[in-house]
Amino acid sequence: MRFFEIATSSITALGANKVRTFLTMLGVIIGVSAVILLISIGRGIQNYITDQFDALGSNLLFVSPGKVSFGRDPGNSFSRNKLEEKHIKLIQTHATDIVEQITPMVNVSETVKYKTKYYNAAVTGINEEGKYLFDYSIDEGAFFTRADVRSGSRVAILGKSVKDELFPNQSPIGQSIKISGDSYVVIGTSKEKGSDFDEQVVVPYTSAINSFELKNISRIVVKVKADKDLNSATKLIEKALLRDLEDDDFTVLSQADILATIQNILQMLTIGLGAIAGISLLVGGIGIMNIMLVSVTERTREIGLRKALGATPFDVALQFLIESVLLSVTGGSIGIMIGWLASFAGRAYIRTEVPWWSVAIAFSFAAFVGIIFGTYPAVKASKKDPIEALRYE
Amino acid sequence: MPTQTIIETQNVFKTYRLGSEVINALSGVDIKIKKGEFVSIVGKSGSGKSTLMHLIGLLDTPTSGSILLNDKDVSRLNQNELSFQRNRSIGFVFQSFNLLQRTSSLDNIILPLKYSQVPKSEWESRALKMLEIVGLSDRKNNKPNELSGGQKQRVAIARALINDPDLILADEPTGNLDSKTGTEIIELFRKLNKSGKTIVIVTHDEELAEVANRKIILKDGKISKTL
Repeated sequence: MRFFEIATSSITALGANKVRTFLTMLGVIIGVSAVILLISIGRGIQNYITDQFDALGSNLLFVSPGKVSFGRDPGNSFSRNKLEEKHIKLIQTHATDIVEQITPMVNVSETVKYKTKYYNAAVTGINEEGKYLFDYSIDEGAFFTRADVRSGSRVAILGKSVKDELFPNQSPIGQSIKISGDSYVVIGTSKEKGSDFDEQVVVPYTSAINSFELKNISRIVVKVKADKDLNSATKLIEKALLRDLEDDDFTVLSQADILATIQNILQMLTIGLGAIAGISLLVGGIGIMNIMLVSVTERTREIGLRKALGATPFDVALQFLIESVLLSVTGGSIGIMIGWLASFAGRAYIRTEVPWWSVAIAFSFAAFVGIIFGTYPAVKASKKDPIEALRYE
Repeated sequence: MPTQTIIETQNVFKTYRLGSEVINALSGVDIKIKKGEFVSIVGKSGSGKSTLMHLIGLLDTPTSGSILLNDKDVSRLNQNELSFQRNRSIGFVFQSFNLLQRTSSLDNIILPLKYSQVPKSEWESRALKMLEIVGLSDRKNNKPNELSGGQKQRVAIARALINDPDLILADEPTGNLDSKTGTEIIELFRKLNKSGKTIVIVTHDEELAEVANRKIILKDGKISKTL
């Protein structure tokens, strides 16, 4: 029997039981659309991080305490943090040529309070050069000055989201907010810059060290002059710091290094999400096998008849295998469309992306599932004895 | 010129094992059916007539002994070869019709051709001719649930005829029909036999058996009488 004729019989059989066919496909549809959607969300997160780094500006070098490994919470390295303010001087003195701007940085996640309102903000302590280094644009008021940094003034610049939340209908300038029990006067607000920056409350790092009773700074950020090479700048900074620190007391990373490491982690996360969704696809495959087994039993007489009329065991097996592959491949195609549409809808929140390989993997996995889980029922059908099958009521 | 033998069994035994019990369904059966004959195989249930029909119909192989189809031994063929021979040489008619539901008469009749080497271009014209022979030309697009019992059996007979088989093998073909319709089906078999078809009817119905030219009576797995 020709392949096309067998396929026609398979399609007829699937069409005869539309509701069941749809429900069986549903498992694959959900599985495939979940794979497509989750991978696209993973991609969205990667894009989001890349966007964040782009917003940060280029040519930045980060000096972090300890030997940084990104698998760990950076906060853990505080225990052996030896970075201090004097190391900024060291870099300024011994790497003068490459430094455009330099700032220490202190990061603390802290609840910021204004009267009865709260906001869980990223309190960021930097110096006055940080304004240019991170490219803050002031919306209202002004950035703090070198004098503020020197004296440890309790002044703060609010990110857009913080301002909108704490001062929805009024100017915050001159108002007093509480950070970790200390009163800070708001002297400025920054323009919208990108979500993480908008959650910040920027204060002089000296004030932050004081309020949070810190001994060290979290990191040093250097903006390298545009005409200098980042690799040689990294070496120069390392050399300068080695005058006072041991090799494993600090790490100098470029933005590209950090981005690459984070992208690596996110890539693994994306694949992990896809794999979890793949499990639901596997369950869909088991659903196909289940229904195909029922169908083989139900159609025992039909199998017997076909065999009596001349169908070989292979003809019968092929007919049932085509049915299960049609189920999984059709379900897979619908799933890809749904996953893609959902991912498209998700663009309202995050810059999702459906990479071609996720479509290829999801589709081939669906087809593979159809073949694997269709083989056993098909073989079972092909082995039916025509005599028993014709007698079957 | 001696008449050609279509199917012949030589000292055929068939033994089943049912748990620890051994059942001798057939113990040494010799029959010979010649071209153009109309033979009935009769016997009570348990006489072995169904087993004999399965062997003649190439649905099963004997435990010992030989079955010759057109003088060729077919008793040791494998599944694929048996399928091929069934498709070419045997036309089955069943008690319960065994038509595919949701499939038109025409497509039901075409079914054996799908497993044959007959080119697709000939399928429909052949099927229409068969419908004409069984007198159902006006029912070609009807599905089994739109046909009466007699009409269903006519479609089944048309299906059995389409590959121009050497042998039409009918198992209780009137068992599910009322007597009037049954008579009509028997008339159709007679007509087919007159036009040269070799027909074997397996039945426990004495009356039906009488219409055949020759009657083979089975009892306890052996031929007890040939009339």
